[in-house]
Amino acid sequence: MFKILKYSFYDLMRSSWSYVYFLFYLALGFVLLFLNNDVSKAVITLMNIIIVLVPLIGTIFGVMYFYNSKEFTELLLAQPIKRSSIFLGQYLGVAFSLTLSLLLGLGIPFVIYGLLESTAIFDFTLLLVNGAFLTLIFTALSFNIALVNENKIKGFGYSILVWLFLAVIYDGLFLMSLIVFEEYPLDTFSLVATLLNPIDLSRTLILLKLDISALLGYTGAVFKNFFGTNQGLIISLFTLILWTFLPVWRLLFKAKRKDF
Amino acid sequence: MIEITGLHKKFGKNEVLRGIDLDIQSKGIVAILGPNGSGKTTLIKSILGMVIPNRGNISISGNSIKNQWAYRKEIEYLPQIANFPGNLKVKELIHMIKDLHQKPTNDEQLIDLFGLQPFLNKKLSTLSGGTKQKVNIVLTFMFDKPMIILDEPTTGLDPKALIHLKELIQYEKTNGKTILVTSHIMNFVEEVADEIIYLLEGKIYFKGSVDALKKQTKQKNVEHAIATITQNSTHV
Repeated sequence: MFKILKYSFYDLMRSSWSYVYFLFYLALGFVLLFLNNDVSKAVITLMNIIIVLVPLIGTIFGVMYFYNSKEFTELLLAQPIKRSSIFLGQYLGVAFSLTLSLLLGLGIPFVIYGLLESTAIFDFTLLLVNGAFLTLIFTALSFNIALVNENKIKGFGYSILVWLFLAVIYDGLFLMSLIVFEEYPLDTFSLVATLLNPIDLSRTLILLKLDISALLGYTGAVFKNFFGTNQGLIISLFTLILWTFLPVWRLLFKAKRKDF
Repeated sequence: MIEITGLHKKFGKNEVLRGIDLDIQSKGIVAILGPNGSGKTTLIKSILGMVIPNRGNISISGNSIKNQWAYRKEIEYLPQIANFPGNLKVKELIHMIKDLHQKPTNDEQLIDLFGLQPFLNKKLSTLSGGTKQKVNIVLTFMFDKPMIILDEPTTGLDPKALIHLKELIQYEKTNGKTILVTSHIMNFVEEVADEIIYLLEGKIYFKGSVDALKKQTKQKNVEHAIATITQNSTHV
């Protein structure tokens, strides 16, 4: 598996897209810090961008890479290598190279602007950890979709749809249900609904750590009670791990049964 | 070596293999023939574990291959269509496959034989079909494994390369290997094959030596013999 991982990783490192992604984050980091001039404020702005953009890029990159490496996969399938190693290796290759671009691209400008001396270091780390998780999750989801759909257009369409649903539509439905069922106690419902969407989960987690939860009013208090505690943090991180693990498991399960 | 019992495979509604029973014990060259869509490639890919059969069992050297992968260490496989990652150079591809196997190879000798030196530093996406097939052949034959499976090895080869390929196949035969080969070029089959398996609509229609085939169909060459088999079967 590590050999496949190595080859996928090198392959991606040689492609210009990894650098475009890296440079984009680098530029984003510098611009944000230049405009805000305050690390903790920049972290808040950055969060809003990361929460939406990282999943989108993970999704598109995942689908693109999967379809592009079809020949490579077919070549490997005839070699004495376990099927699960082939797919896990490729998945980790993509996910790691994206995560690396994210960590370096954002890490460098923030470190230069004095992140290490500021109090925002914990928030920033949490932000990057969340970004890494979102990359892992959405790359796995897109790999799943690409594996099942031979048709590239369909595969792309479904992946974008999944991203759109989790990043935008889900929130809309969530808010609507909150308004419709206003008269009922919705604390547990909203907690569970947040846990069920990795994007919402990441957003809530960071917002509450940033101590701007007062803006959220009563709901914020409920959330703060849950996510603000260490127990809440552990449960949320555990949920993110579960969100990563399940699609990867399904990917390997499906790959084992597919004909090539 | 290879034992197949009751092999069935469907792709959607299309029943490609309908109960194949096959036992290949002998060393030597076995040709798998059949019209387009008769299931040759599916059969080969089932043996390699790339296609998962719906029913039936395949054993190699007495062990079932289901959910196994290590047995592929004993098989060299030449795929029908040489699909390679286009952004790799020929040299890098050969190096990668060697790295994955960790076994001694004679790739340099084969590269000389097929005159691939000028292409070593070129990307695979820029190569012509025939050159890709030569790379494919080098990748297949560079290891020393007891079983060789060739799916349409002659595709796109020029006459000189074809002669080299035949020599290579004969050489491996004298080394006591089992070689499975599919082809539509009957002259090629007649020249190299010891045994013929004829697939039709997912079943084995004929199995035996080249001479037996000629005798059964009362034809003088394999091309006509195969044509006769196909005609008779459509009458049935």
